[in-house]
Amino acid sequence: MKIFALVDCNNFYASCERVFDPGLKGRAIVVLSNNDGCIVARSNEAKALGIPMGVPLFEQKAIIKKHDVAVFSSNYQLYGDMSQRVMNSIRLHVPDMEVYSIDEAFLRLDHLQPRNLYEYCKLIRRKILQWTGIPVSIGIGPTKVLAKVANHIAKKQNGIFDIRNRQEQDKILQTLDAGKLWGIAGRWSERLSRMNIKKASELRDADPTIIRKHLSVVGERILRELKGQPCIDLESIQPRKSIMSSKSFGNLLTKKEPLEEALANYAARACEKLRKQKSRAQAVYVFVQTNGFRKTDRQYNNAFTRTLSIPTSDTRVIIDAAKFCLNKIYRHGYRYKKTGIMLLDLIPASLEQKQLFNNVNHLSSDRMMDIVDLINNDHGPDTLFFGAQGVVREWKMRCGSRSPRYTTQWNELLTVG
Amino acid sequence: MTTRTSNALAIPTCSLAVCRVEAGFPSPADDYMEGSLDLNEYVIKHPSATYFVRASGDSMTGAGIFHGDLLIVDRSLEPVHGKVIIAEVDGQLTVKRLLKTKDHVSLQSENASYPPIEFQEGNEVVVWGVVTHVLHNLL
Repeated sequence: MKIFALVDCNNFYASCERVFDPGLKGRAIVVLSNNDGCIVARSNEAKALGIPMGVPLFEQKAIIKKHDVAVFSSNYQLYGDMSQRVMNSIRLHVPDMEVYSIDEAFLRLDHLQPRNLYEYCKLIRRKILQWTGIPVSIGIGPTKVLAKVANHIAKKQNGIFDIRNRQEQDKILQTLDAGKLWGIAGRWSERLSRMNIKKASELRDADPTIIRKHLSVVGERILRELKGQPCIDLESIQPRKSIMSSKSFGNLLTKKEPLEEALANYAARACEKLRKQKSRAQAVYVFVQTNGFRKTDRQYNNAFTRTLSIPTSDTRVIIDAAKFCLNKIYRHGYRYKKTGIMLLDLIPASLEQKQLFNNVNHLSSDRMMDIVDLINNDHGPDTLFFGAQGVVREWKMRCGSRSPRYTTQWNELLTVG
Repeated sequence: MTTRTSNALAIPTCSLAVCRVEAGFPSPADDYMEGSLDLNEYVIKHPSATYFVRASGDSMTGAGIFHGDLLIVDRSLEPVHGKVIIAEVDGQLTVKRLLKTKDHVSLQSENASYPPIEFQEGNEVVVWGVVTHVLHNLL
């Protein structure tokens, strides 16, 4: 029988901030999107205060002030590096893993004795916490969908939950709303509701052919997974917060050019998905991996994150950023098995347009260029320099509350007395 | 002395013979091109668990840690008695030497003008990581 585990970092962005500032323990934390516009992550304490996800910061100003909530601009260099540390720590224990998003990974634990399974997950959890400072929850199940359900319960309990016991599984699925299941999007949830399918157990016991007709083959797969039959192709369900595109190569690659080519292809696919859901990305995360199963090969895993000053869904911009990241992490002399790209900090394109409207600099770039040329001609190149500095300063202002990039910038290291 | 000298000479001579170059300048270094010494390899044993941290103040000068030094911190190591560690004290991180006896734990400065931080029974030290190296700038 197959055994899957989902390792999910608890409130990942808030936890990253806490690693380097223990004074934040117990304090409510919110993290903002790239331009300090919206709340994109919350600590448990912030959730308890009733601060919603995805809302503009200004709407929450009062509650933030009243409860002394710590507000951070997003620090994707830090989050990307910490993610890489968490994933590598997991990989050392379980080579058969698949990174699913910046803060989640699926593991295959078939090889473990059932008796040892829980203890082993405890060990993984303890090691990740000690090595990286990031707390994680682990859900264990016979399929990925069920492992995901188990993870939700693990978060509320003591960090690990095994859902393979049939009776317990039944009880849980009977109370769980079908709309809360992994991969069931808002529209599907409405459709299920009209079919009088409200609970996860009702979806599980529905007729697969009818579900296929209404929710496509992905819906049918979710149903089968709920029954305990593993069949989810990871590509078919995208995480909400980020979009990932990656693939293992047929042959191991050593040169940079083919890696670059593959990456550009993945980037193009990720951008298509991005535009399809009418979003824009504000950061790009690129990783490379060697084959952990080839014990004789030298191993190398690395990742790099680049933030984009302007949210975009433009494939050319994303490919450029991806190439930049690859340049940073590519090392000669390794046999690469996999590369991939993750688009992070997604915001709705509509929201971004509103912000652009307030920001004349970005909106009518043609007009701005005309003005810059004019000033340049009249007053010399220094003026152009100041013009550019103005844009930078404005950008800096919009991430005014960013924590230091503790792990990726020499001049921003943590200081201890 | 004589033997040592001849041994030292023997090594490059031997590798020159191995290096077969048909045209152009044969470089005596050809066989050594594969890699250079990597300081990371020397100071970092657990990359995922290793962090760079900047020291401030003069409370650890006795341990060779000066203001502005770079500390290499490995979180995967067990904080045992006598090690220099980064610990959490009142919500702040501090670098000190960990002293552990059967019934007593304290964080010691390496500078007589700083008193040790004592931990009563039941009050655990929260260790952030173990300092493995100090990088001190002599310029």
